[in-house]
Amino acid sequence: MKKVISQITLEQDISIVLCGEAGQGIQTVEQLLTRMLKLSGYYVFATKEYMSRVRGGSNSTQIRVSSKPIQAPVSRIDLLIPLDKEAINHVSSRLGERIIIIGDQEKLDTDKKVINVSFLKMAQEIGKAIYANIIAVGLLLGLLEGDIKAGRVFLKDYFTQKKKEEFVADNIKALERGYQEAKRLIEENLVQVGSFPHLKKSSKVENNLLLNGAEAIGLGAIAGGCNFISSYPMSPSTGVLVFLAQYAHDFNIIVEQAEDEISAINMAIGAWYAGARAMVTTSGGGFSLMTEGLSLAGMIESPLVIHLAQRPGPATGLPTRTEQGDLHLALYAGHGEFPRIILAPGNIEEAYQLMQKAFYWADQFQIPVFILTDQYTMDTYYNIERLSVPQEETVRFIIKTDYDYQRYKLGGKDGLSPRGIPGFGEGLVRVDSDEHDEMGLITEDMSIRNRMVEKRNAKWHQLKKEALIPTLTGTKDYRVLCVGWGSTYYIIKEALDRLDKPDMALLHFQQVYPISETSIDFLKRAKQIISIENNYSGQFSQLLEMQTGISIRSRILKYDGLPFYADELAEEIKDVIEENGGQK
Amino acid sequence: MKEKDAINFKQKGIKPAWCPGCGNFLILKALQQALAELSLKPQQVVVVSGIGQAAKTPQYLNVHMFNGLHGRALPPATAIKACNPLLTVIAEGGDGDMYGEGGNHFLHTIRRNPDLTHLVHNNMVYGLTKGQASPTSEPGFKTPVQVDGVISEPINPVALAISLDASFVARTFCGNLEQTVEIIKKAIRHPGYALVDIFQPCVTFNKINTFKWFQEHTYFLEGHDVHDRNQAFLRATETGKLPLGIFYQHEKKKTFEQKLTVHQEQKTPFLSRSINRERLEELIKTRQF
Ligand SMILES: Cc1ncc(C[n+]2csc(CCOP(=O)(O)OP(=O)(O)O)c2C)c(N)n1
Ligand code: SF4
Ligand SMILES: [Mg+2]
Repeated sequence: MKKVISQITLEQDISIVLCGEAGQGIQTVEQLLTRMLKLSGYYVFATKEYMSRVRGGSNSTQIRVSSKPIQAPVSRIDLLIPLDKEAINHVSSRLGERIIIIGDQEKLDTDKKVINVSFLKMAQEIGKAIYANIIAVGLLLGLLEGDIKAGRVFLKDYFTQKKKEEFVADNIKALERGYQEAKRLIEENLVQVGSFPHLKKSSKVENNLLLNGAEAIGLGAIAGGCNFISSYPMSPSTGVLVFLAQYAHDFNIIVEQAEDEISAINMAIGAWYAGARAMVTTSGGGFSLMTEGLSLAGMIESPLVIHLAQRPGPATGLPTRTEQGDLHLALYAGHGEFPRIILAPGNIEEAYQLMQKAFYWADQFQIPVFILTDQYTMDTYYNIERLSVPQEETVRFIIKTDYDYQRYKLGGKDGLSPRGIPGFGEGLVRVDSDEHDEMGLITEDMSIRNRMVEKRNAKWHQLKKEALIPTLTGTKDYRVLCVGWGSTYYIIKEALDRLDKPDMALLHFQQVYPISETSIDFLKRAKQIISIENNYSGQFSQLLEMQTGISIRSRILKYDGLPFYADELAEEIKDVIEENGGQK
Repeated sequence: MKEKDAINFKQKGIKPAWCPGCGNFLILKALQQALAELSLKPQQVVVVSGIGQAAKTPQYLNVHMFNGLHGRALPPATAIKACNPLLTVIAEGGDGDMYGEGGNHFLHTIRRNPDLTHLVHNNMVYGLTKGQASPTSEPGFKTPVQVDGVISEPINPVALAISLDASFVARTFCGNLEQTVEIIKKAIRHPGYALVDIFQPCVTFNKINTFKWFQEHTYFLEGHDVHDRNQAFLRATETGKLPLGIFYQHEKKKTFEQKLTVHQEQKTPFLSRSINRERLEELIKTRQF
């Protein structure tokens, strides 16, 4: 055989794709393999794309393995494990010449060259067909020279809590069988492992963490003192609800699956009123139903944290896929004028930290704060070094009320009036969705109306001052500036690394509204600005233009429901620069 | 009767924005009286309301107030009680508010059974928006919108609540002030969700269901066993003369708050709880594997 994996040596990482029907256990392979490889000393990255169905269809998971940190998907596939007839077809546009396909030849129907491994037969020899997945894990671990000992220990731990001993023993057999099979493929020169020279293991990464965006948001909520979540299930936001429910007992969190999103948001506002720290997690249509509640939070000056995990719309759209299409929705949702903050984490660490910041700011400024993520963020993970637990007690912005307490006392700094809680102090806490006076009682007095509008909107001043500064990655003396927000951070970063141009940089916004006033300086210094967004209309560049007055002509947009791929994006950026010849 | 104590619950210096002769004045009075007779302090009581004429009631009460959105009083009321079970929580609003716009919350709040009192001023019309039909308007009721008269069947909130095994279901007419005070008191004392559907004449927009009409078309239940759900349902579905009083009570049901583990393990108010940081550290560590 030729040196089949030469492409990988160029890339310094290997991109594995597992593809098959829902219900075939791809998720288990992904979970186990990534953990075992990480424990073996590799950096791993995993993401998945799947159809909105519980059985059947075509779903795939990409796992990248590297000896350097790796945090973005690529279109390129080095090694494909097709698990059903449709699989090869499903990823056909991504199959290069040097692709290695390993699978059960009998089950596949393709003119592509397939290295035959009879997963099913081997599994049946061990005892049950379901072990086929674990054999695949063993095979991949073997091909990548992973640590079989660590694999065994991990597998034992993984299954012991839930399963019988016999089942665990058979699974370990299956793992070893796969591992041996890998050795056979190597010995028979069907696959050349000698061509992974750059894939070095390091003991440094063993203690790295692997968790996806949904878990990071959930952990961030706990660290931010969240003790109430009311929501209604909707992909891709449900992971956060599930995560908090799993740990509700440990952290004393009230978790309520509401009858609808309208109830969910109104409950969360009620919870804040009674002294809790509450959030909702939702998506597209679910958030649309919440918009009146959002406006209520604006009017009664209630803190509120909204996790909005975006998926492609309109309406039901593509329920399990990704998009950055709801920025303008978050920005303009809710009738009337009131301040809000919109945060958009670019990676796992940011998701964890911004969630804490969201609770802090919501409480401090008595406003709704959004965390805008997407399906890609929810379902993606890679090695991270650590997440630190807050050292201090949660700061609360609540006062013990006196007898003459007035909830909407005028004259405070930046429109803020101290927030009381019913039952804490002698005062009465009145909040009203009608325009209200300082006591919180309904009024139509126009001078009070004016002062209350001004009070609520006076918070803008402080919000703008505290807005997070976008992060610049790459040279300070850039000519071309790529602008991104939220989940695209690492993808754009890898694309720029690939291009390796000395005059390019990335400006990443983790706060998209209000934007930091420093943003304008970053933009002004660029000869060409390229905005990169996972949507059709360039929502963030429109927002930037509106806020800075600088026009952004180059846009790279993607709205097919998939995230950008770093390798494809690099090509697109190159094209855009060439087309443009140095214009803004 | 500690009538003088009702003054504690009166909002000084504010005149209700209701039409003279409106039944809401009587409900306000009954509620103030009930709260006083239960020896509650204003600081212990939260009234959560939606939007409408009825929903303005807490504006005229000296208690904590959460005057939220039209139809949405029950969800925040549930959450408030869940976060601080020491508070006495009342959700209050009109028939449109609670049975129309908020109908879904009505059903699901009964399922949860939070310990709160649900007062619905049932005037069989939309008062605040000037006289359209409500979910309890009778067929044939003509309005500027229902020009040929209402063609849909009215909702029977009492029968509906009993069918869902609500833990306390009562109906009263505000014209019977004394009985109304007693029923509201029992509803507040009842541990669990308690519905009180209160017939309330709207003197401006409902010329059919007037004070006189309610007097002539209602009577108080006597010798009725409140624990007999089948009987309760039969009585609730009577037509012609409509029974008033407590239809059904199911005291042994656990409340939503009692079922929440957050209050079983810790008793401190939510406000003063802190994060279990050691546990968080441990949890993060589990992601090494
Ligand atoms: C979302 C929404 N829709 C409509 C309204 C307008 N609105 C205010 S009160 C009301 C109905 C009032 O009827 P009811 O609840 O029976 O109260 P009443 O005035 O009769 O006491 C309506 C439709 C609103 N405030 N909010
Ligand atoms: S419109 Fe009807 S319900 Fe409203 S205040 Fe007047 S009489 Fe009462
Ligand atoms: Mg009404």
